[in-house]
Amino acid sequence: MSDTAAPRDGLSGVRGLALAHMWVGFALFAVASLLGVYQLFERDHVVRISAELYYQSTTLHGVVQAFVLTTFFIAGFGYAITAASLRRPIRRKGLAWLGFWTMLVGSLVAAVSIAAGKATVLYTFYPPMVAHWTFYVGAALLLVGSLAWTAITIAETVSWKRENPGRPVPLAQFGMTANAILWAWTLVGVVVEVVFQLLPLSLGLTPTIDVGLARALFSWTLHPIVYFWLIPAYVVLYSIVPRAAGGYLFSDEVGRIAFVMLLVISLPIGLHHVFVDPEQAAGWKLMHALGTFMVALPTLLTGFTIAASLETAGRLRGGKGLFGWIGRLPWNEPVALGGILALVALLPGGFGGLVNASYAMDVMVHNTAWITAHFHLILGGTVVTAYFAGAYALWPKLTGRRLSSRGLANAQLWMWFVGLLVLTVPWHWQGLLGMPRRVAYMPYDPAIVDRWTKWNPPMIVGGALMGLSSLLFVWVLFRTHGNPERETDPALHLSETVEPVVHVPAPLNGFAVWNWLLVVLMAASWAYPIGQFFSMTVHKALAWGFR
Amino acid sequence: MAIHPLERRWFVVSILLVLVMGLFVLYTAWAAGIHPPSNVEAIDSTRLHLTPEFAEDHLGVERTKDGTVVARIVMARYMVHPQEITLPADTPIVIRAASADVLHGLHVAGTNIGTQVVPGYVSEVRTTIRFDRVAAIGTANPDGSVTVPLFCNEYCGLGHQSMWGRVRVTKP
Repeated sequence: MSDTAAPRDGLSGVRGLALAHMWVGFALFAVASLLGVYQLFERDHVVRISAELYYQSTTLHGVVQAFVLTTFFIAGFGYAITAASLRRPIRRKGLAWLGFWTMLVGSLVAAVSIAAGKATVLYTFYPPMVAHWTFYVGAALLLVGSLAWTAITIAETVSWKRENPGRPVPLAQFGMTANAILWAWTLVGVVVEVVFQLLPLSLGLTPTIDVGLARALFSWTLHPIVYFWLIPAYVVLYSIVPRAAGGYLFSDEVGRIAFVMLLVISLPIGLHHVFVDPEQAAGWKLMHALGTFMVALPTLLTGFTIAASLETAGRLRGGKGLFGWIGRLPWNEPVALGGILALVALLPGGFGGLVNASYAMDVMVHNTAWITAHFHLILGGTVVTAYFAGAYALWPKLTGRRLSSRGLANAQLWMWFVGLLVLTVPWHWQGLLGMPRRVAYMPYDPAIVDRWTKWNPPMIVGGALMGLSSLLFVWVLFRTHGNPERETDPALHLSETVEPVVHVPAPLNGFAVWNWLLVVLMAASWAYPIGQFFSMTVHKALAWGFR
Repeated sequence: MAIHPLERRWFVVSILLVLVMGLFVLYTAWAAGIHPPSNVEAIDSTRLHLTPEFAEDHLGVERTKDGTVVARIVMARYMVHPQEITLPADTPIVIRAASADVLHGLHVAGTNIGTQVVPGYVSEVRTTIRFDRVAAIGTANPDGSVTVPLFCNEYCGLGHQSMWGRVRVTKP
């Protein structure tokens, strides 16, 4: 069912679809953020309800922020980007809505399972602990539903290329297509784990599970999933932020190279999540560690190109000298501000990641608050802040109303950014001192616990700021729907490059060769780490509840 | 293709950065032999009490004939067995740990002792505890030794926070 009267940008044809997806993601995000604030209170004994509630809350917080918010935002944002960049409404809208409802039902089933106290296994599942089967069914439905977006995104690119031979796929759509392909590869690990191991275990069809295999399969997914979250954030940085700042994208080709590298390098390196596991050998871990360093490359390239793009904006706005352009950036424009803050958050987040990647050094920070700080900077600081910027760019176009308050939107972004820094700086320090993550209370010897907990007050202030910020964000979006001021230009204009893009080489305009390369790389990096469990003596573990 | 000369230069700088970091890791791994615990040694977690190594009588610290100090630990919800072990500082030690039930983590603050304890596998950590490091964060005892907590650092169930023991570190 295609809209024949769609305007040239195609955005109006996906209005409902994009808004529905993003609203589900953002509404649950706000709830889950408040759960995060509660967890800080419980950890520091501001309230003391129960360890059980803490772990339950941590499970829901993690599942929503890592799986539900991201997947819903990416699908909704993706439909909008596809329609806007290809300048036509998407086809197969029925399939898109089917995917939406599947994802929604799955998320709610999993959420109810967690809220009922039947699935306190954290978002990393941790077999041989086993949750109620409804939790795994819900998670599986969320993942399966997201395949509708995956298929539609790839199909739209394929058909557009057929209809526009020789023309470069718009950079934003190229990035979202890389993300769709990345997601399909990413899901293989966790889907095999859920379908062949966790569901049979939770349904009582089998009494035991091979934990080593389960951990290897989850590691397959656990790294690229971060890049599945991150690529749409980079699409915001490449295709929306430079224009919102009043400048031009410095280079379209570097964006393409970065997206290809993110796809190809982020997949074969997941063993770094099990550096200190006994069931994988050192050589394989070392190989994945070196790959993990390489995945810093696309981010280093992106950092440079986006900073250079912002510089074009600052100079066009009259900025002079080495740093004068920074002051001339449109700091009062929420989309630009969000992009800038997302880019800045990448510095400490990426630095922490390089430490974690450092093979044997990871032992010092493994499972400490350092790790929590690292991924809150990446997911909260870069990814979600870029999602904020994307939402502030899209909402006026999707609702036809101007943003309800730019002042509140800017305040929200600053609160989030400052709150995040105030939250994560102490966590890094506590982690270096050995403070474990994911623990409700710390009844250990006071000599050591006191050294950790004296850093708690800033952590609580930072978390509270972020909680308030997430409410403010939802409020600004909600008020935009009823804003009497109409948006005069309904089209989403993506950033233009400094030099127009006329032709790009085939490998930077499609993914066939990269998929074949991935087949080789994935076989080389995973055949043994996964296959070993079928050739060695393996003692399966009994299933255990979490009580 | 239009890649700005500045971007080309940055590309080279980025590759060098990544190479240098990778070489550091390779150097520490090969020249200094520093690896994360990776012994890939299977054990039946459901029968730990029947194995010669992890039967209850054999847990704790043993000084083998060649002088190596070996500490054997069983992690099981929500206890560390044995509850307290004594280890000499500035002496090469081997920690061998196994889980009797779910996934656990074993961490001793102020030391390099950190490993996942995965059901079905024996975790082995070879390290040397530095007395000054544990003395800086631990609780001093009247005999001059220092006690630091050994705790489970991987979520293992609703009582996870109660799962900990102690390591008494003695001067060499």
